[in-house]
Amino acid sequence: MLTFGRQVYAVLAKDALIERRTKDAVSAMLVFSLLVLVTFNFALDLRTEIMSAVGPGVLWTAVLLGSTLGLGRTFAIEREQGTLDGLLMAPLDRSALYVAKLLGNVGLMAIVLLVSVPLFAVLFDVALNPGPLLIILALGTLGFAAVGTLFSAIASHTRAREVMLPVLLFPVIVPILIGVVQATGLALGSTTARDMPWLSLLLGFDAIYVSLGALTFGHALED
Amino acid sequence: MEAQSPSLALSQAIEPPGPDLDAPAALNASRIVRRYGGALALRGVDVVLRQGESVALFGPNGAGKTTLIRVLATLIRPTSGTLVVGGEDALRNASRARRLLGVVGHQTYLYGDLTPVENLRFYGRIYGIADLDARIDTVLRDVEMEHRADSPVRTLSRGMQQRVALARAILHQPLVLLLDEPDTGLDDDAQERLAALIRRWADLGGAVLFASHHIEWAARAADRAVVLREGRVASIVGPPIRDARDLFEAYRDGAGVLSRAVPAAC
Amino acid sequence: MSNGATARTGLVAATLVTSAVALAMIAFYVPNDRVQGVVQRIFYFHLPIAWIAYLAFFVVLVASIAYLMTRDAKWDTVARASVEIGVLFTTLVLITGSLWGKPIWNTWWSWDARLTTTLVLWFIYVGYIMLRSYTPDRERGARFGAIVGIVGFIDIPIVHFSVQWWRTLHPEPVVARSNPQLPIEMIVTLGISLLAMTLVYVTLMVYRTALERLRDENRELENEAAWDERAYA
Repeated sequence: MLTFGRQVYAVLAKDALIERRTKDAVSAMLVFSLLVLVTFNFALDLRTEIMSAVGPGVLWTAVLLGSTLGLGRTFAIEREQGTLDGLLMAPLDRSALYVAKLLGNVGLMAIVLLVSVPLFAVLFDVALNPGPLLIILALGTLGFAAVGTLFSAIASHTRAREVMLPVLLFPVIVPILIGVVQATGLALGSTTARDMPWLSLLLGFDAIYVSLGALTFGHALED
Repeated sequence: MEAQSPSLALSQAIEPPGPDLDAPAALNASRIVRRYGGALALRGVDVVLRQGESVALFGPNGAGKTTLIRVLATLIRPTSGTLVVGGEDALRNASRARRLLGVVGHQTYLYGDLTPVENLRFYGRIYGIADLDARIDTVLRDVEMEHRADSPVRTLSRGMQQRVALARAILHQPLVLLLDEPDTGLDDDAQERLAALIRRWADLGGAVLFASHHIEWAARAADRAVVLREGRVASIVGPPIRDARDLFEAYRDGAGVLSRAVPAAC
Repeated sequence: MSNGATARTGLVAATLVTSAVALAMIAFYVPNDRVQGVVQRIFYFHLPIAWIAYLAFFVVLVASIAYLMTRDAKWDTVARASVEIGVLFTTLVLITGSLWGKPIWNTWWSWDARLTTTLVLWFIYVGYIMLRSYTPDRERGARFGAIVGIVGFIDIPIVHFSVQWWRTLHPEPVVARSNPQLPIEMIVTLGISLLAMTLVYVTLMVYRTALERLRDENRELENEAAWDERAYA
């Protein structure tokens, strides 16, 4: 147990150090998410009246697209630098690697959200409800990252890796997307959002996918 | 019956005699077969490494040298065969076997944006090394890289990166060192130092297997040599290797011929 | 004829006979639905096809788990075949669903819960097929496929719930809900149709896995020939 924690910390610290130094992932994700947000403005003519109905969807689509960029890099960088083999030859628990990469991705997505959400509120003149919103954001990113980290490991070994990750990821995370958009809508006082126990759905989904990820991840990596 | 890992820092080298034939084998690979799609890259290879010995692995390109090393490093699973490292079944308890292995490959396994110290600290934590900072200082001194310990690895020359890669491999004092063509791209000085380090590691009780194309250099660094051809062991030379001519002859031999009688232990 | 060939011929014969009977029953035997008329007969295709699609993906789940545990290539062959057939059947579900919907709701596509779930399902397993074709190494492709096969199937109920909740206030068309008071002829017809579909699935599986096995053998022979050439060169 202690070894597991130490190894998760080691990988996480290493990735955080690299990211802090290069800022590669965060900048790409941020710029792209914001770009998508602004593009929506031109594509949809988002007047305030329809914002409460359409807003959450716009926000989460932008976040999802931007996050896919970051998720895709999770193992691409290890493969490009040739360090993935170094990790595999070490006595590194594969589940620990999964958890570390998962937490790293959650962290990256959190940074993107912390910038995108206030910006979204400003650009489209929407009132925010920070309390419940934070929980929704946390549960949503955990679910995306759980599946995304697993599929990123798979996609990075294929020929069309930029395409493969979204193709695998988007259909599978439809429940999360539905859940977070509806929950965000409710939090923002939307009248069109369905009043169902979305947080329970998200929680259940997250639990299932983190477990599945930790269990099957080893098979995605070894040769 | 656990094998002893080298417990002294390299800078305090001692000079015991050659291979310890009474100790259990440091690494024992038996009938390794490895399939790639339909083709067989390895067709039943046996490798035994004893503590205190250094073995060179030769063979033309495509003979299976890199594949063999990757199998021994537990990077890829053999299609069939057994692998025991320091008494641990590497196929069933890969984690425990990995603690006893140190690998230097074609890639450095180093993160270009991090410094040598940061790289070693990362791996040190994975391996769970006690007194990590002290150990990092020691290995960097052993490979003579302490002066550039805080420059990002991407700013170092190929030879320097190779040295840090070596430091990474010996950081956790593995029982077995595996090196895949470690001499490529190194100048004469660096090659000398590398040969010396390989010799010292074996002298300290470790076991070393290294693949190479450079026969004269390998003759200096190895006690015996194994020649691989088309996925099989074609010949075994030594111990001891008297001079490079032994190896030239073995290398030029046709496929599947044992060039001299070998003791059963090999 | 060998035992295997005899069995296969028997299987094909059984499939053809049952399918003919089912078609006849759907065309002539079963009475018209009171509300929807003739069009409702698509239901006797649509529902069994949907069930078989789910069966196919369940087989993928089992084969995927078996592959990861045993690493025996035959499980991968079963999984690949079942995914292809499953996607085929899923496409048919979408098409029959659309054909059924047009005369009833006057729209080619409605985002009702079941059709939407089926559409998501379609994408998940099409993704599987893409993944296999983009992974050149066979053993790796088998491992990756197995993971997606497991994740995809477990996702099905979750997708179903979330889509259903999303559509709670959306008027659910009467046809999508199964009527517990179906007359006996309809139940029997449905049963025969389901049996016929199952046989079609089994037949397709048998032939598809046999084809895959032959391809593997062929590849092995080619590779051995290549090695022998090199040895004698």
